[in-house]
Amino acid sequence: MSLLSVEGLGIAFGGVRAVHDVGLTVAPGEIVSIIGPNGAGKTTLFNMISGVYLPGAGRVRLDGEDVTGMAPHLLARRGLSRTFQNLQIFPAMSVLENAATGFHLRESGALMADLLALPGARRRSAGALAGARDLLARVGLDRAADREAGELSYGALKRLEIARALATAPRLLLLDEPAAGCNAVETEEIDRLIAGMAQSGIAILLVEHDMKLVMRISTHIVVLDHGEKIAEGDPATVSRNPDVIAAYLGAPVAEPEAAHADG
Amino acid sequence: MRPSAKWTQLLILFLLIALLPLFFPSGYYFRVGALIFVNGLAVIGIVILTGYAGQISLGHAGFAGIGAYASALAPGHLGLHPLLAVVLGALVSAAVAWLVGRPILRLKGYYLAVASLGFGILVAMVLGNERALTGGPDGMAVPDPGLRDLLKDLGLKLTGGEFWYWCCGLCLLIGAWAALNLQASPTGRALRALHGSEVAARTVGIDVARLKLQAFTISAVYASVAGSLLAMQNRFITPDVAGFMHSIEMVTMAVLGGVGSVIGAIFGAVILTLLPQVLTVFADYEQMVLGAVMILVMIFLPEGLIPSLARKLRGRGE
Amino acid sequence: MDALMQFVFSGVTVGAVYALVALGFTIIYNASDVVNFAQGEFVMLGGMITVFAHLAGLPLPLAALGAILATAALGVALNRLAIEPARGAPVVSVIIITIGASILIRGAAQLIFDKQLHGLPAFSGDDPIRVMGATILPQSLWVIGGALAVFVGLWAFFTRTLTGKAVLATSNNRTAAQLVGINTGWVMTLAFGLSAAIGALAGVLVTPITLVSYDVGVGLALKGFAAAMLGGMGNPKGALAGGILLGLFEALTAGYVSSHYKEAVAFIVILGVLFAMPQGLFGRAGTERV
Repeated sequence: MSLLSVEGLGIAFGGVRAVHDVGLTVAPGEIVSIIGPNGAGKTTLFNMISGVYLPGAGRVRLDGEDVTGMAPHLLARRGLSRTFQNLQIFPAMSVLENAATGFHLRESGALMADLLALPGARRRSAGALAGARDLLARVGLDRAADREAGELSYGALKRLEIARALATAPRLLLLDEPAAGCNAVETEEIDRLIAGMAQSGIAILLVEHDMKLVMRISTHIVVLDHGEKIAEGDPATVSRNPDVIAAYLGAPVAEPEAAHADG
Repeated sequence: MRPSAKWTQLLILFLLIALLPLFFPSGYYFRVGALIFVNGLAVIGIVILTGYAGQISLGHAGFAGIGAYASALAPGHLGLHPLLAVVLGALVSAAVAWLVGRPILRLKGYYLAVASLGFGILVAMVLGNERALTGGPDGMAVPDPGLRDLLKDLGLKLTGGEFWYWCCGLCLLIGAWAALNLQASPTGRALRALHGSEVAARTVGIDVARLKLQAFTISAVYASVAGSLLAMQNRFITPDVAGFMHSIEMVTMAVLGGVGSVIGAIFGAVILTLLPQVLTVFADYEQMVLGAVMILVMIFLPEGLIPSLARKLRGRGE
Repeated sequence: MDALMQFVFSGVTVGAVYALVALGFTIIYNASDVVNFAQGEFVMLGGMITVFAHLAGLPLPLAALGAILATAALGVALNRLAIEPARGAPVVSVIIITIGASILIRGAAQLIFDKQLHGLPAFSGDDPIRVMGATILPQSLWVIGGALAVFVGLWAFFTRTLTGKAVLATSNNRTAAQLVGINTGWVMTLAFGLSAAIGALAGVLVTPITLVSYDVGVGLALKGFAAAMLGGMGNPKGALAGGILLGLFEALTAGYVSSHYKEAVAFIVILGVLFAMPQGLFGRAGTERV
């Protein structure tokens, strides 16, 4: 039984069809990757699934419930979290605090208790910080915990976003180019991290340009071009598909997507 | 924020309040001190709203006005004890903030600034126009809360200036303590998170609209209590307490000292409250100096005096 | 009916002043995304400098011209000394800076000139003109004509001249504008100078009717901002329509509801517009992107 199921999803910006009639499913423990040349609509698809954009057509179902266009914070409550292609961290907060925000749903309580530092509030806060510390260790950032997040390198911030997303205890995690800007060693770490998350039963939807990474860890691949699904299947099938090869000709595979919300 | 940082800030504040009177050449300075603390209290509200949550308000004097006029009106018209009038003012301010905040906090940047400004001016206008109730632009008298007499009965004799100095100092300490608690709490983290990136805050489950409203409401309560304290110690109040310039002063104090830091913002209140006192000789230049200070600090110390200085000191230490 | 016409005339006159202030806002906002809270001080300076230059013996047209030029220079200086150095600062900092500038200018005006109310002789006499059962002052026609002339001039400038298009390009994307060779620093200078000059012109035109003193700026800035917002920020057509509409609302409120709450109209309009249609009458809604 799939956790996420997307049917006929589409959106247009100013008359231009950015994504059209895309469907896919992700089951717990699966890693489904979305690939395609720059401007194929991958990030736009992510933004629709995660409630940032309101889809113009189609349905998004999470565990059978219709969640199309639902606000992101309500989706988070239902177990959907994500990372961003163009980083969205909280630069003025420490790395530890960034990760701790991910515990918001589980560790936040009455406002009055927080203002008065009642024992319950202090316990919740300490719980979130301890949990955040564990997650930072898991993504290899424990030593940077007390630094201001704005000071970290690009690759480290990508991992911080993953730690923060994990803190929400997601059932479905959308990762938008987690390996962008990472060197070979870091990419391998991220590779292991994603595989580990999938093993723990999290359903993972991945956008990534590093084809080696994608081919290695994906259980299923969906190929987008000009906003439409042109192929899908397991890594071996997709990599032999002539349409996919044609779509990629002339488009260097490893180059990061240029514009945000590229349509 | 580390727990030690919270207690350091509170200790600095406590020492400031406790030791300052040793240097007062005359009783008049207790009045000035009390005024500083009242302003400091209002400014802490701005720290929560602007420093933590990143939202702008140019209308917070409206809430100070509600607090001040609650203190002035409730004892006579409703027969409430002046202290309960402060609580009533805070509750009314919170309710108004909740209602007004819902629509206007959807706005961002300049639009939010101007919408809040409009709200503040409307409050000032109502206070100025409803002469039958408020005495109009000429203002009205405020009943004494009678706490000083209570202390006298207990054997503690204080002048009016001394009494309000210690009373406002205590309120400021409590206000700072609560704000620092909030900063380190899950709610505080969520507020600072939505300041950093609303989209990312949403994806970790933060109900951005609700949290902004909470910050707006809390900061309104701070402004309201500050307004009540101001009214009670002056024994007289005019609609200017809710006016545009008072709102601007609050924000300027906070931004001048450092809007992200409780102790910094209080320091901003110290400077801007003292400025007119220092410049009494040059009263004609007061406005020019104020304007110039606002511009220069924003250009050269954009984070505010205290955080910018702290950063410089830290840089030298490393 | 006669009363209504009378309210309409006074509303349109005041509205024309608001429209001029709003047009000033619009120019700076278009070039730099800055909302200049010192805009009202330009109007005050236009009036005050003209008054004092006239008192000093200069003929009125020359005094007015001098006031407009001096105020334009001040606008340029404001940009150079206070706005440019804080480029990239958060909105709250820029708000504090322009409010600081407004307080500074007001304080200086109070020192250099005085705290009294001043007037100027009307340009074409004080004999009211009878129209449709109501009367209108010739000076009102000057104010309305001035607003229309400035609007037409700006419209032509932004749509017909290369420089005007450069200003719009700079507002759209500063970096891209620089890349295609637009001197964005000069565009900013132009925008602040022009905006200040228009504000000063409004001050010159309206002083014979409403008088001027050092502290009229704040109120005008807020009204002008309300007008700009009502029309849609950044749109000259919106600034004109928003100004006239706001003036009409005020005059009709004073006439039919309560003169006490006349001043509240602008702020009720601001709040109403922001809640109901944040893009204003002529503005365009933007999509937030991630």
